[in-house]
Amino acid sequence: MQPLRATRAPVIHRSKPLAGPDADFASGDRHEAEPKLRLRGAKLFGRKSQRFDPAPSRMSYRLQRWMLTPGVRRGLKVGLPIAAVCAAIGLYFSAEDRREAVVAYVSDIKTSIQQRPEFMVNLMAIDGAGTNLSEDIREVVPLDFPMSSWDLDVEQIRDTITGLDPVKSATVRVRPGGVLQVDVVERKPVIVWRTRSGIELLDETGAHVERIASRKDHSQLPLIAGKGADAYVGEALQLVTTARSLGTRVRGLVRIGERRWDLVLDRGQRIMLPTEKPVRALERVLAVNEVQDLLERDVAVVDMRLGQRPTIRMTKAASEDWWNTKVTVGNGQ
Amino acid sequence: MMTDLYQSQRAMRQMRRQAMQRGVVAILDVGSSKIACLVLRFDGTGRLSEDNSIGSLAGQTGFRVIGAATTRSRGVQFGEVTAMQETERAIRTALQAAQKMADIRVDHVIASFSGANPRSYGLDAQVDLEGQVVSEAEVGRVLNACDVPDYGAGREVLHAQPVNFALDNRSGLIDPRGQMGQSLAVDMHMLTVDAVAIQNIVRCIKRCDLELAGIANSAYVSGISALVEDEQELGAACIDMGGGTTSVSIFMKKHMIYADCVRMGGDHVTADISMGLGVPAAVAERIKTFNGGVHATGADDRDLIDIGGDTGDWEHDRRTVSRAELIGIMRPRVEEILEEVRVRLDAAGFEHMPSQQIVLTGGGSQIMGLDGLATRILGQRVRLGRPLRVHGLPQSATGPGFSSAVGLSLFAAHPQDEWWDFEIPVDTYAARPFKRAMRWFRDNW
Repeated sequence: MQPLRATRAPVIHRSKPLAGPDADFASGDRHEAEPKLRLRGAKLFGRKSQRFDPAPSRMSYRLQRWMLTPGVRRGLKVGLPIAAVCAAIGLYFSAEDRREAVVAYVSDIKTSIQQRPEFMVNLMAIDGAGTNLSEDIREVVPLDFPMSSWDLDVEQIRDTITGLDPVKSATVRVRPGGVLQVDVVERKPVIVWRTRSGIELLDETGAHVERIASRKDHSQLPLIAGKGADAYVGEALQLVTTARSLGTRVRGLVRIGERRWDLVLDRGQRIMLPTEKPVRALERVLAVNEVQDLLERDVAVVDMRLGQRPTIRMTKAASEDWWNTKVTVGNGQ
Repeated sequence: MMTDLYQSQRAMRQMRRQAMQRGVVAILDVGSSKIACLVLRFDGTGRLSEDNSIGSLAGQTGFRVIGAATTRSRGVQFGEVTAMQETERAIRTALQAAQKMADIRVDHVIASFSGANPRSYGLDAQVDLEGQVVSEAEVGRVLNACDVPDYGAGREVLHAQPVNFALDNRSGLIDPRGQMGQSLAVDMHMLTVDAVAIQNIVRCIKRCDLELAGIANSAYVSGISALVEDEQELGAACIDMGGGTTSVSIFMKKHMIYADCVRMGGDHVTADISMGLGVPAAVAERIKTFNGGVHATGADDRDLIDIGGDTGDWEHDRRTVSRAELIGIMRPRVEEILEEVRVRLDAAGFEHMPSQQIVLTGGGSQIMGLDGLATRILGQRVRLGRPLRVHGLPQSATGPGFSSAVGLSLFAAHPQDEWWDFEIPVDTYAARPFKRAMRWFRDNW
């Protein structure tokens, strides 16, 4: 039952009655619902007398309506705390020394974590490389161990190692136990290239492997010479393979005019091969040699440059010899 | 003049549509003794209640009361605003409390008031159809063809509802749209009130930063909620006994066909008690509520009521009055009110209605024994009415005093077609374009 007092206070009709202190407050019996904590002098500011008017003032009415607007409420509930936190952080970091202090603190912690023994790398292990190459690798990757694995730039180390001439490929990783494991696949020298400036070893792709002092050390490898020969190592190897029936007579291959090959044999013999299909041309020469022992004779040059017209140049002595020989043919000439 | 009203009512309809889209609207019943505010939430289609039982109106209403508050009315007499500042404050109080309970901001409000001398007019018109089929435009044309009586300067049309359509010789059509015929006739009920009263209420609501989305007469809306469906269909009168006024509305075929108001109500009974016993109005109200009645019995002579008082004079403060005396004060006034109502009903020709059901509602109808007294004066078929149950309405707000607030909620959810819901034919508009432009200039500069 509602109180039958002549009150102007609004009566809120609720589906469920309020309980506890809310009920006391909302019952409209304002005289009985005294505040627990009474401030002295509150009467000076509070409602003045019995003529208490519950009607909200225009301002408070508008304020309440404004606060009931969903956007405003969300703004106050979410936007305001965020703004306050942002402002506080911004205010704190507006001073230079505070910023630096925080940065130093963070980097301190970072360093202390990075310097933990779990992350330390103590040595570099190189697999798959010869002694010389290992020394070279250690030279180009100057790391002073122990150091933290956080400071290692494994990619860059790998690129540096791969950049070395004798290295075909390399994998670099940090192995458990603080070992920087470098697995290297070395380039295998397959051919010796003699130039004016010196003697080099090349692998099958023509890549430079090593500069050597003397041909003697690698006598089992075929020899090539001439400018631009390194770009055609594959072809040279094919030719060498083809010419293996000549055995030890083969001295080497010479690149002529960056264009074609000459196969040089001992006794100053030379087989001049064409630009196109040199292997076929060499096979023809070898076939003739097989049948006619062409290369056993006093032949200086077998010229296969023109496929339709193979030519043989004899040695000077042989030519002179041939001039002096009486050739008797059947008709007596 | 007519076009003005048409435009402003259309604007309110537009506002109501906006409120529906937003889903929240406030209901404001500005009465002489209390101002009730309900906050409604519209959630599209009506849903069945949680426990799978079908709710009121079979779940068709589609709205829910989420805030309800009342406050003692101030500055309202006879259902009209007399002190605008006070009324505005009271509206603010009720609205703020209801908003607080609903926990949502309300921008649109639909208001009702009871006073302002409502007067009913019956209009009719007949037009020949241009085509074979009755279209919306034809309905608008026939409504516009009604010859409006001279209802006097300073009056405003509050409701203008087509209550009956007749197509050729078939009468009693509720909605003639789409039907075939030659000529269309309409009966329309028009309710006018004092323009000043409406303007005052509109101004109060505007000053509370609210948009008015509709306005209704409380006699009409309490009839909507207090009369059950067959009473509305067969014919019944709703008597809403408020604080300052007693509103009468007669319903037939689910349309209001008559409304009036008696400028006397429960406050006058209280004032009589206050004067007769020499007590303050608050005490008189309390005595009336707890001990009041209109039928004296022998036991009432021995039932002494403590009047009380705090003058310090022992004799004065220990006065008592017997209940029979109290009834002796109250009964003449209640009889007077009911006699007045009888006069209004007779003027409306209520005795010719096929069904003469009378429903008493409003806060004043809670006087004990009122139904017995009303039976003697108004007729045999009298009952006390309470408002319809709607979703979410708190138990404490289901009394007869809330029938106009609840009716206004139903009115907000499903307004009846009124004149201004149909388009005015174009020729009426086009007649005075220059005049309209001139007036627009005058109004705006």
